[in-house]
Amino acid sequence: MLYQAIVFLPLLGALIAGLGGRKIGEKPSMAITTGLLMVSAILSWVAFSKVALGGHTEEIELFRFMDVGGFKANWALKIDTLTAVMLVVVNTVSALVHLYSWGYMDEDPHKPRFFAYLSLFTFAMLMLVTANNFIQMFFGWEGVGLASYLLIGFWYKKPSANAAAIKAFVTNRVGDVGLALGVMTIFLVFGSVNFDTVFSAVHDNQDRILSFLGMEFNAIELIAFLLFVGAMGKSAQFILHVWLPDAMEGPTPVSALIHAATMVTAGVFLVCRAYPIYEAAPVTSGFITVLGAFTAFFAATVGLVQNDIKRVIAYSTCSQLGYMFFAAGIGAYNAAMFHLFTHAFFKALLFLGAGSVIHALHHEQDMRKMGGIWKVVPVTYIVMIIGTLAITGVGIPGTGNIGFAGFASKDLIIESAYDAAHGGSAAGAFAFWAGIVAALMTSFYSWRLIFMTFHGKHRGEKKVLDHAHESPLTMLIPLGVLAFGALFAGMFFYKKFAYGVNDFWGHALPMQHAQIAADNLYAAAGTTMSDEAAGHHSYPAWVLWAPFIVSALGFVIAWFTYMYKNGVEKRVNAEGGPLYNFLLNKWYIDELYDATIVRATRWLGDVFWKVGDIGIIDRFGPNGVAAAAMSIGKRLSKIQSGYLYHYAFIMLIGVAAIIALVMRTVGG
Amino acid sequence: MFDNLPILSLITFLPLLGALALMFFARISKSDAKGQLENNAPMVALLVSGAVLLLSILLVWQFDSSTADIQFEERVSWLGGGIDYHLGVDGISILFILLTAFLTPLCILASRKSIKKNMLDYMVAFLILETLMIGVFCALDLILFYLFFEAVLIPMFIIIGVWGGKDRVYASYKFFLYTLLGSVLMLAAILWIYFYSGKELGAPTTDIIALQGLDIPAGPQTWLWLAFFASFAVKMPMWPVHTWLPDAHVQAPTAGSVILAGILLKMGGYGFLRFSLPIFPDATVKFMPLVFGLSVIAIIYTSLVAYRQKDMKKLIAYSSVAHMGFVTMGIFAANVQGIQGAIFQMLSHGLISGALFFGVGVIYDRMHTREIDFYGGLVKRMPVYAFFMMLFTMANVGLPGTSGFVGEILTMVGAYQVNPWVAAGAALGMVLSAVYALYLYRAVIFGEQTNERLDDIEDMGKTETFIMGSLAFFVILLGVYPALITDVTAASVDNLIANFNAATADIVSGQGS
Repeated sequence: MLYQAIVFLPLLGALIAGLGGRKIGEKPSMAITTGLLMVSAILSWVAFSKVALGGHTEEIELFRFMDVGGFKANWALKIDTLTAVMLVVVNTVSALVHLYSWGYMDEDPHKPRFFAYLSLFTFAMLMLVTANNFIQMFFGWEGVGLASYLLIGFWYKKPSANAAAIKAFVTNRVGDVGLALGVMTIFLVFGSVNFDTVFSAVHDNQDRILSFLGMEFNAIELIAFLLFVGAMGKSAQFILHVWLPDAMEGPTPVSALIHAATMVTAGVFLVCRAYPIYEAAPVTSGFITVLGAFTAFFAATVGLVQNDIKRVIAYSTCSQLGYMFFAAGIGAYNAAMFHLFTHAFFKALLFLGAGSVIHALHHEQDMRKMGGIWKVVPVTYIVMIIGTLAITGVGIPGTGNIGFAGFASKDLIIESAYDAAHGGSAAGAFAFWAGIVAALMTSFYSWRLIFMTFHGKHRGEKKVLDHAHESPLTMLIPLGVLAFGALFAGMFFYKKFAYGVNDFWGHALPMQHAQIAADNLYAAAGTTMSDEAAGHHSYPAWVLWAPFIVSALGFVIAWFTYMYKNGVEKRVNAEGGPLYNFLLNKWYIDELYDATIVRATRWLGDVFWKVGDIGIIDRFGPNGVAAAAMSIGKRLSKIQSGYLYHYAFIMLIGVAAIIALVMRTVGG
Repeated sequence: MFDNLPILSLITFLPLLGALALMFFARISKSDAKGQLENNAPMVALLVSGAVLLLSILLVWQFDSSTADIQFEERVSWLGGGIDYHLGVDGISILFILLTAFLTPLCILASRKSIKKNMLDYMVAFLILETLMIGVFCALDLILFYLFFEAVLIPMFIIIGVWGGKDRVYASYKFFLYTLLGSVLMLAAILWIYFYSGKELGAPTTDIIALQGLDIPAGPQTWLWLAFFASFAVKMPMWPVHTWLPDAHVQAPTAGSVILAGILLKMGGYGFLRFSLPIFPDATVKFMPLVFGLSVIAIIYTSLVAYRQKDMKKLIAYSSVAHMGFVTMGIFAANVQGIQGAIFQMLSHGLISGALFFGVGVIYDRMHTREIDFYGGLVKRMPVYAFFMMLFTMANVGLPGTSGFVGEILTMVGAYQVNPWVAAGAALGMVLSAVYALYLYRAVIFGEQTNERLDDIEDMGKTETFIMGSLAFFVILLGVYPALITDVTAASVDNLIANFNAATADIVSGQGS
């Protein structure tokens, strides 16, 4: 019952608050949803210790879902380490976000609805990660999309929020088309949509060729690619990333939960869950590596110049997801999952911290109107510093794990990319360098955010600053817990995630990659493998130091730009310049889509309707006949009753004719 | 349980009896009692259709879904010469009867307040409509089927023509013109088959089951297939013979739209399953690419058109055409997932589109306009309404967990096995449906309420909530546990496919070599 409780308690909360919210009132709705999620979160850690630490995996089949021919899938709870990691991430952040929302949403008149959506989201996400087949996963996948849509558009009166909600849903649907086609291809190739059946048969189908849309493909590569298109949508990878920054229209707790810590990582989870497919699909994996690395770079460049505090963090999320993908692409699935895990803590922390600032400044999000508030919101300031140290990956190079959360996981990814590059992978080399450059930019924009928000002189209205205040305890406690995670999650879990000590991953993820890293080490040291021996001494020093150095460099540049004499930044903003505008406008990708796809859709709709339906079909069809009828009989006004009788008449004549013929046949 | 009880006749003709009774009492009652009779007519109709629903539930309860055999069969000599009164159901037809029996009482409930004139006549028309619709799905004789199939349109014409909107004349004219084309061709085809069966089987017959054993040469099969296709394609409706539907929907009263979208459109799909595949298998294989092409065009084209509509009902009508595209695609994939999915999609769409049209009716009754721009920000005054419309919008979009998903994914899985292009084209519909459905929801329900005429619009009442609630219940139930439907249809569909494959084995292998 443990796992059923973890998954279904949030649903129960969503139903109670969603359907009964207006009857039972605000506070009870909030208390019930938050309480149930706390229980679910605690149970998730119990599950984590049982499964990930104790090695007790489980698969519970609930009841039938699809059962048509061979197309079979059950509602099920598959619990292995991969799932367990997701359970703790999702439920912990969700429970904290529920609590945080007590303070943040205090003045909102629609609290029960908000909490119901949060819980509904959590449930859908849990169904996604506990699926043992692609259909249930698709259910969760689209379910989180629905919750995301509802929450982005939560302030339904704002046109921008509505537009962003629809953009998110539709862009995700584009990805989902890929995912759906991927699932269909899986069924075609394997005759099943169950994870275990499919994954165990990958090897036998490795050389199978499929023709798809007029071209010949290796079946496994095709599946891997189509599934990844789904992942690109959900995890906001380049070309399908456009919805994520706009999604910041939603309330900040939503951004922390859905658009930073959990939902957007679903794509990474998918690739890791389906690793047997990706292992057998080197071309697609190379593509993932390149695209992930490019997204890490691209999003970071845009993040450099954004002025909306939430958008900076949104692009940062996009960029960090790129890291996770290129890690998965080079086969370091465990590194990807590790970064997913630590990122959940520090990114949720950064978002909720930003929310605390926004809350303090009366819903001001423009960093150009902030500044100098660190004394007013000291706790928020401290946790934001912790979050920034975590995302910029501050730690002691070469130790592997002694540092903030992001240090352990991001450096692991960069080192894995170095391994791949060293092993001759061009994609790996690209990822390695993109990762280093992106780390420099990450550090710059993260510190820029801190300086613009908390330091210098206040640039907004004085009235706002006078009313500014530190957030209430309901908001500070979640910040504290997440700060704790951002401090220690890396150190504590490093060896488990990175090297799978004590059989941490079980059969959930392959460990060959960590094996390579560890082997280098042992070969160098001339010793045999032991759990404790994990370290990185085999990498050239510059590889180990590079992330640290660029991170420090980013800090220094940000400091010179925004703190030192406080001058450079103003000049950049005032003068602009083509590159600055290019980045500020997000490489003009939204404009490009508007000018092409969006316009074309409207235009085609109009053409089909006004030219196709009215101009051609109706004109030469019914209206043409009507015109003819008019000119002959001029009795259009009588058409209705007249034709009705005609119609009945023709039918009767028909039947009569049949009867007559029957008589003749029988008689003859 | 129903030994020797002609249960299907009872279910089919009970509504007609109710209608006759209403007409009889109206004829004999004095003028002062007429008013009362008008008032009571909906209650009578509700009782009758309620009884039909109850009997249909019992029917499904007693149905043995483990076999593909025809059950509850009734056969009485009728016109002679092999034309019998022959009824029976199998896994393919039985759930359509249940759907009809389920939607009719809801329509009657919804009409009690919204219909302002000739209430008794309206109820009579609806009850007759119910008889004819159920008859279509029970009939196992070609002539009997044809009678029901065509006669169904008469009460529908009347409902649109008498209780419809201001352009009802044009709408029913268009509706008529399209269907006429199909009917005439189908009638000619039926005649041909009848005589051919006389030569081939010894004695002429119109027994649908017997005709399925008929081996018609390829040449005539092509023409016969096309003749039936003309009729069914108009009913579905398929692109490009779909333009009657938006007009008919816009002009029809709410309950008329519900039945039109919920049941009448499904008669086309049912016809393909009952006739085109079993009787003309070779021609079906031949025309597969044509149907696939038209289905994909329907899905993409009408979704795009739906996005540009200014009238709520037109938008939903166009979306219906797109959803029927999935049905035809699934049927002509001619495999288990395709056909099961097509049946599922038809039943599910009956619930979802029915609910959406009820939803439009709810605000139309209050404001007397269906213009999208008139509305906006309804969620503030109508939270319950907003909740249900969100649910059905998502079901319409095919969100997993609602019944809308199951039909779409199954038909796509079915089509993919035959032709990935088709499935990929249909999958684009997943994106486009989100575009138009969310556009509609945003424009009507979200946003700031700016029209002050909406200031005191009331949320749904008890009856309306009951109607929407019961539809929502099944949309979710079937979305979470689709086996409720697929288990019932499985044996018959398997049988259909087995026969189809056996009949087409030679030409398919011939193409392969």
